[in-house]
Amino acid sequence: MRSAVLVFPGINREHDMARALRLVSGREPAMVWHADAELPAGTDLVVVPGGFSYGDYLRCGAIAARAPIMDAVRRFAGRGGLVLGVCNGFQILCEAGLLPGVLMRNAALKFICRDVYLKVERSDSPFTRGYNAGQVIRVPIAHGEGNYIADGETIARLEGEGRVVLRYVAPTGERDPAWNVNGATNAIAGVLNERGNVLGMMPHPENHVEAALGVTDGRGLFAGLVDHFKQAA
Amino acid sequence: MKARVTVTLKSGILDPQGKAIEGALRSLGVPGVASVRQGKVFDIELEGGDRRQAEALLREAADKLLANTVIENYRVEVTG
Repeated sequence: MRSAVLVFPGINREHDMARALRLVSGREPAMVWHADAELPAGTDLVVVPGGFSYGDYLRCGAIAARAPIMDAVRRFAGRGGLVLGVCNGFQILCEAGLLPGVLMRNAALKFICRDVYLKVERSDSPFTRGYNAGQVIRVPIAHGEGNYIADGETIARLEGEGRVVLRYVAPTGERDPAWNVNGATNAIAGVLNERGNVLGMMPHPENHVEAALGVTDGRGLFAGLVDHFKQAA
Repeated sequence: MKARVTVTLKSGILDPQGKAIEGALRSLGVPGVASVRQGKVFDIELEGGDRRQAEALLREAADKLLANTVIENYRVEVTG
């Protein structure tokens, strides 16, 4: 699996992401600079990592979404290429129009840095095939603007089409407002685009892939992607 | 040419920052504040003197970057 990790000024999670990709896929990802016009040839997966691109100036991800490399990413996604956006990456994909909705300030205003529990709503996506449908995984979040907002029609469509693939839940897997710590609409933590080839998620699976850190629940996302490309080859 | 673009949240969009500011004004003893919603102001200097062209340009700037039209409205004023 050939992956490309985008780097914008102010991104700070690209090395964690590269490490996770290297550990699980066995291949070093390409680090792609925001001002480049093209993605590396043969790219299978584009990853937009977390951080504070452009200092979150104007709106989170707003300026990064309009960087030159994003035209190449749009074309790549248009051809069905897989794109994963994590945290600031999710914000960038929404601002770039590759995903609907917007991530706004956490409802209680605080930056939240802690582990949360996510329900993997479906396992028939390349991004979630490494899990069972309904599985609950523990993944860290670290964000001040993770409150997923979209108009009623968009939310209804996302839910109706099964495009909400990750949801904040209690450790038991049940919906619980206390565990929807950023107040996101319908406790939405991750969504797919219409075609199913672009996933945006606020939590950081790349930080839970090593046994030494105690939890490896994030591995399944990357392992599933590796399997997807092995099968397709 | 001087212009101002004002970006505000669409009604119905939750504004916790506005609420926090509301609470702070109340704590400070400023009376009678029913609600606060926070927006953004961009003061822009444009080259050229065509007013109509300026307004079109500013709307383009707002649509493309200054406002996220999923959640925000904007107002364009050419001031001088």
